[in-house]
Formats: sequence, structure tokens, C-alpha cells
Amino acid sequence: MTQFINMLLIGIGAGSIYALMAIAMVLVWRSTRVINFAQAGMALLSTYIGFELVQKTGNFWIALPLAMVLGALFSALVEILLIRTLIRHSTSGPVAGIVPIIATLGLLGFIRAMIGFIWGNQDVQIQPPLSKIGFKVGQETIALSPMNLLVLITVLAMVLILGFIFQKTNLGLSLRASAYSPEIAQLAGVRVGAIRTIGWSIAGAAGAAAGLLQTVNGTGTVSPDSLEFSLLLTFGFIAAVIGGLESLPGAVLGAVVLGLVLAFVQIYISGTLVFIVAFALLLLVLLIRPQGFIGTKAGRRA
Amino acid sequence: MSLVVKDLVVDHGAIRAIDEVSFTVEEGKLSAVIGANGAGKSTLLRTLSGLNTATNGSAYWGEHNLLHGKPESHVRKGVSHVSEGKSVVAELTVEENLDLGALWRRNKKESSQTKQQVVELFPRLGERLNQRADTLSGGERQMLAIGRALMSKPKLLLLDEPSLGLAPLVIEQIFQTIRGIVDSMNLTVVLVEQNAMGALKIADTAVVLNLGHVATSGSATELIADPAVRAAYLGY
Repeated sequence: MTQFINMLLIGIGAGSIYALMAIAMVLVWRSTRVINFAQAGMALLSTYIGFELVQKTGNFWIALPLAMVLGALFSALVEILLIRTLIRHSTSGPVAGIVPIIATLGLLGFIRAMIGFIWGNQDVQIQPPLSKIGFKVGQETIALSPMNLLVLITVLAMVLILGFIFQKTNLGLSLRASAYSPEIAQLAGVRVGAIRTIGWSIAGAAGAAAGLLQTVNGTGTVSPDSLEFSLLLTFGFIAAVIGGLESLPGAVLGAVVLGLVLAFVQIYISGTLVFIVAFALLLLVLLIRPQGFIGTKAGRRA
Repeated sequence: MSLVVKDLVVDHGAIRAIDEVSFTVEEGKLSAVIGANGAGKSTLLRTLSGLNTATNGSAYWGEHNLLHGKPESHVRKGVSHVSEGKSVVAELTVEENLDLGALWRRNKKESSQTKQQVVELFPRLGERLNQRADTLSGGERQMLAIGRALMSKPKLLLLDEPSLGLAPLVIEQIFQTIRGIVDSMNLTVVLVEQNAMGALKIADTAVVLNLGHVATSGSATELIADPAVRAAYLGY
């Protein structure tokens, strides 16, 4: 029984961080129709910036929002300087349309190399702000520490705030309209270009939060070739796709399902199977329900 | 203010879609642009609203150069375009579609007054404010598209084939509504239509496009009486 509860706790905890990453992927996809493979690199950069900020301020909870703001700015710059131009230029030829996506792969390598150049290739360490020893229920220690709990609460708060922005504010209406029908949004007076940049910024902030929370929730160390960030990208991407790639609730659902499935495999079968199962799940969903958990069969409307 | 289009040329790659088109629409008038499929009617409207780029010529709404700037800036100058095929965002609710047209307006009190007017004009929309736009019938969607455009408080309204895919009775209703809007709100309207007879009946003036050229133009009553127009476009 304890083992089963631990599986749920680990699954939801891991899933909540994948959810932030998946949200970032979905936001970028919805605003510009680009799969941003550099998302992990951008999250990594924000994590290093977060590391510096923790050193300077000595307080993780000040460093986190600051790193998110800087992550948002960096993401906006990438959209303005790189993606916008690439989309404008890649209108014809055999690689038209996928040029920006390939460019994000290039950007991922570029950011990693830059980080190695600036911070060196060794691990840097970020102290977790809270204890990582699990709570005790009776005599049993469960797989939920104060740190885990705060990560969960933080992610939940961010998802709720994002949901509110999307459903209840004018900015959210502009973001949704620009995603579904950019031309109609434009004709209605929405400055679609600026809205796209804002979509990328929010994604940058979500990615920064994912990177920092993943690091302090996990090993606490980070390096330019950090495996954890490759996992974050892979699992965030899988979560976004099985969630339907179009929908924020879908991304969260996809991430939690993925987190639970992987936790189940890890605890009851074998940790070595995690990757195989993650990709098998991706393929299975693509075969059976290509539109994802949440998503209409018709897909995107023109 | 009036709409003055002069020697307008628009190319689609190697194809010349609009070739030296000139016409004028006086303020408060409804002008129909009719012609066969592929005559360049939609291209003309898309160029006036900033979606397409012109190769040559000029187009002014009063002092405002329509060939310069994006659709979102034209909207702020009072030019609204309802594009072809029920231009609503299917995934949003009726109310969100309406609100979308007024997001850029600073004065929220005025925008909510406009919404009131639109709902009075189209009571069916008022009953369905919280429904998703893709649950509406074709006619209701067209009303919503026009309503969304009106939310931007336009002076010049560009309408692309509002009758497309609608039942004859609904078409009649939409055309009457359009005429009503022109008269009650002092709007200037360019109405692109395949349904030439219906459009000419409510229009003040009309332009007949043929393969990107102006075949003929004049007052709507003249054109209805013109034997050549009757034979080519009205089918009798």
C-alpha cells in the first residue's frame, strides 16, 4: 500500500515538472507552429542564471521569479531575432516550414556550448531551499518531502494562473484567437506579431521554472550536458504530444499520465525500462489517438 | 470621407489578379463588386484590408493609405473586413468572438454599448453568447462575423461573400440586414458577391469585375437594366 502511494506521489511530482515543460512547448506551438527543441537549452540557461541569482540573493524563492522573468526575455528575443525572420523567409523550397524547427535544434547546441564557455563544463550546485527528507506517516517515510510538496504547490499555482490568464483576460483571448485563426484575429485588430512574442515569453518563463524546480527537486546539480535536461525536453515533448499539442489542460494531463506511468514502471518493473516505456507510450498514443487525449479529430482549422 | 481606388494592380506570383482597377465609393453608400469566380473580387478586398500586397496603384479611405500597413492598423482607422467563409473563430464562444473585435478599443464603456447594439441587431447572437461559434448555423455565423466587425466601430466595412453557402431565405435576411446597417449607422460598405442579383438589389453603386479588369461600373439600378450585365451575370 505504501509502495502504491509512493508511486502516485513520485508520478505526480515528476509529472508536474514535465507539465511546465509541456506547457512551454504547447505555447510555442500554438503561437508560431514551431516545435521548440531549444526549450531545454533555454531552460538550462535560465537554471544557470537561477544558480547565479541564488548565489547573489541567497534565497531560492527570490531567484525563481527573477530567473523566470529573464527566461521570458530571452525567449522573446529568440522569437524576435531568429524565429520571426526565419518564418518570413522560409516560404518556399523543400524545407519551407520546417526551417524554424531545424533552427531550434541548432539553437539548442549553441546554448549548451555557450553555457560550457561561460560556466565551464563542471557541475554547479544549487542548494534546495527545503528539506528533501520525506514526511513520516506513522513509522513509514513516504515519497513526499517538504521540497516535493512546494514544487507541487508552485506548479499548481502557475497552471491556475495561466489558466486564468488564458480564459478570463483580454490577453488570453488575443492569445487564443491568434493561435486558432491568426488571420481573423488580425482582421479584428489583434496585433498578432506582438501576441506571438508574448506566447514565447510565457513559454520561456514556464521553461525556466521547470528547469530550476527540476534541479532542486532532483540531484541539485546541473551541467551543460545534464541528462536531467535531456529528460525534461524528451518527457515534456512526449507529454505535450500525447496531450494533443494544442491544449494547455491536455499538456498537464499528458504530463501527469506520463509521470504516473513512468513511476509505475520504475517501482514495479525496472528503472531501466523507463525510456522504452515513455517512447512506447508516445507511439501508442500516436497510433491509436493521433489527436492526443484532448484535441479534435479535425485538427487545426485553417 | 470616401474610398478612392486608383489603377490598382495586384499580382499573385506570376498571375495578375487585379489589373488597373479604379472606382470610388462615396461615404454612406453601399457598393457591390460582382463578377464570376476568379474575377479577383476577394483579392481586391484582401488588398484593401492589408492582407495582400499591391504591386501598383493607390487606395485611400479619406486620408488613410490602405496600401500601407497591416490589417490591425487599418481596423484602428475604421476599416473592418469580414473575410470569405464566415470569418469567426470556431473555437471561441459567440461573446468572445464579439469581444475580439473591440479588444483594441480603449474606452470599455463604449465597447460594451456597441456590444449592446450588435446584440439588438442580431438577437439570435444574444441568445447564444456562451455557445461556441462552431455550434451556430451558417446564417448565424455570418451574423457573428458581421457583428464582430461592427464591434470595431468601423466606418468602412468590407464584406466578402456573406451569402456563401446560405439558404435563399437566410440570404435575403442577411442582405436586408446589411442595407439596414448602412442606413442606420452611416456606414460605407464594399460588398463582394457572387450572388449578383441579390447584391445589386440592395446596392447604391456597383463594379463588375472580369478577370481582374473593371468590365463596367455605375449605379446599381443602371446595371440591373443593362442588357449585357443581365446576360452575363444575372442569368436572364
